[in-house]
Amino acid sequence: MIWDWDWTLEILPGLLTQGLLVTFQATLGGAVLAFVLGLFVALLRRSRRPYISRPVGAISEFIRSTPLLVQLFVLYYVMPDFGVRMTALTTGIIGLGVHYASYTSEVYRAGIEGVPKGQWEAAIALNLPRHWTWISVVLPQAVRRSLPALGNYLVAIFKESPQLSVITVVDVIGLARELGSERFRYLEPMTIAGLFFLLIAIPASILIRRMERRLDT
Amino acid sequence: MIRFDQVVKRFGDVTVLRELDFHVKPGERVTLIGPSGSGKTTILRLLMTLERVTSGTIHVDGECLSHVRRGDRKVPADERHLRQVRKKIGMVFQQFNLFPNMNVLRNITEAPVRALGVPREQAEEKARELLDMVDLADKAQAHPSQLSGGQQQRVAIARALAMEPEVLLLDEVTSALDPELVSGVQNLLRDIAHQGNLTLLCVTHEMNFARDISHRVLMFDQGQIVEEGPPEQIFTEPEQQRTRDFLQAVLNA
Repeated sequence: MIWDWDWTLEILPGLLTQGLLVTFQATLGGAVLAFVLGLFVALLRRSRRPYISRPVGAISEFIRSTPLLVQLFVLYYVMPDFGVRMTALTTGIIGLGVHYASYTSEVYRAGIEGVPKGQWEAAIALNLPRHWTWISVVLPQAVRRSLPALGNYLVAIFKESPQLSVITVVDVIGLARELGSERFRYLEPMTIAGLFFLLIAIPASILIRRMERRLDT
Repeated sequence: MIRFDQVVKRFGDVTVLRELDFHVKPGERVTLIGPSGSGKTTILRLLMTLERVTSGTIHVDGECLSHVRRGDRKVPADERHLRQVRKKIGMVFQQFNLFPNMNVLRNITEAPVRALGVPREQAEEKARELLDMVDLADKAQAHPSQLSGGQQQRVAIARALAMEPEVLLLDEVTSALDPELVSGVQNLLRDIAHQGNLTLLCVTHEMNFARDISHRVLMFDQGQIVEEGPPEQIFTEPEQQRTRDFLQAVLNA
């Protein structure tokens, strides 16, 4: 099999625009949801009221312990039976976001626990109201500590986003498969799609490592 | 101003304070000395409500710290009551505990704005006066990580004073400082002690500092007061052997 440059140039624009656009939408949508929801999950799991912290913890553990693929199937093919109907991409973003929220909540938990006890004590000594202690003292420090790990999950979400093709989302990999099936030739589209991931994931990882080092000092 | 009655504090099996009684008058400056683990810091932490008593009661300005009266019964204090009594007390920590995510000015204004509802401009004006007093007027925009330990501790002092406490607790405030930075912080505290009518409760291992600022010195050992008196007496002619041994050890160190 010889690399077909003409065909490569023909399919490249479509993969670059349409395919990559959907991949980015899924990644960014999923990541934003995961980062926001994860923070709330982390806070709720710390609640002093067991009827809040326990169920949230259990649900989060459950989501983390089941495959994303199964969750996507349930969201897309089972939920409509209960009257919940969404587009494939929206379903995919929610699936990715909720799944990764169960991971990011652990990142935030570690970040919160990493805030020195002295910070809480200083806040008490200054009589700072509890919610302000969270908002202006603890969370800014906890989130800052969490950034490198969150960056890693952003890359992970990006790399896992092709799983959305099982619920008919046509991302860059989904499009590559469609193009391939037209000619029974997958070498070019899949190679290009794979290279996209490589070209984006590697610089992103390097950036995160830099950020990690900067935060260390 | 401060009264401890039969205060017991245990951490698990370890008894840190044994039926401790003592009181501090308004405006009085009291220094607690004694070996590590003798319970001095615990006294400050109990007053700051960072710890709770195992038994006994603590009163600050006539108000009980740990309990509130409800009808005829005494029930453990809730957060609202604690916030009320804490208003009168400020604390400076050994490790400064400045908020690293805020600049110096914000460190000082955050609590007055959020806890007391002081308008921000007014809080900042006050903060700048305090920074001027601690000789750090040019560091308002700096972040704690850009300051030396001595500068950080002076900011922490300004931050505590911004809440206008009646009682200031000083927990080994120079112990974490490089030796050449100690005197700056001590001089500042000396000035504050001598110009105000702040009630001061101070835990320190710096005997000269204790002598300079305090009306009264309490010698602690194993959760109890071994000896107390004016600094001249404690430092020159202590009555108890335990005090003599301790002073000998720290002064020759």
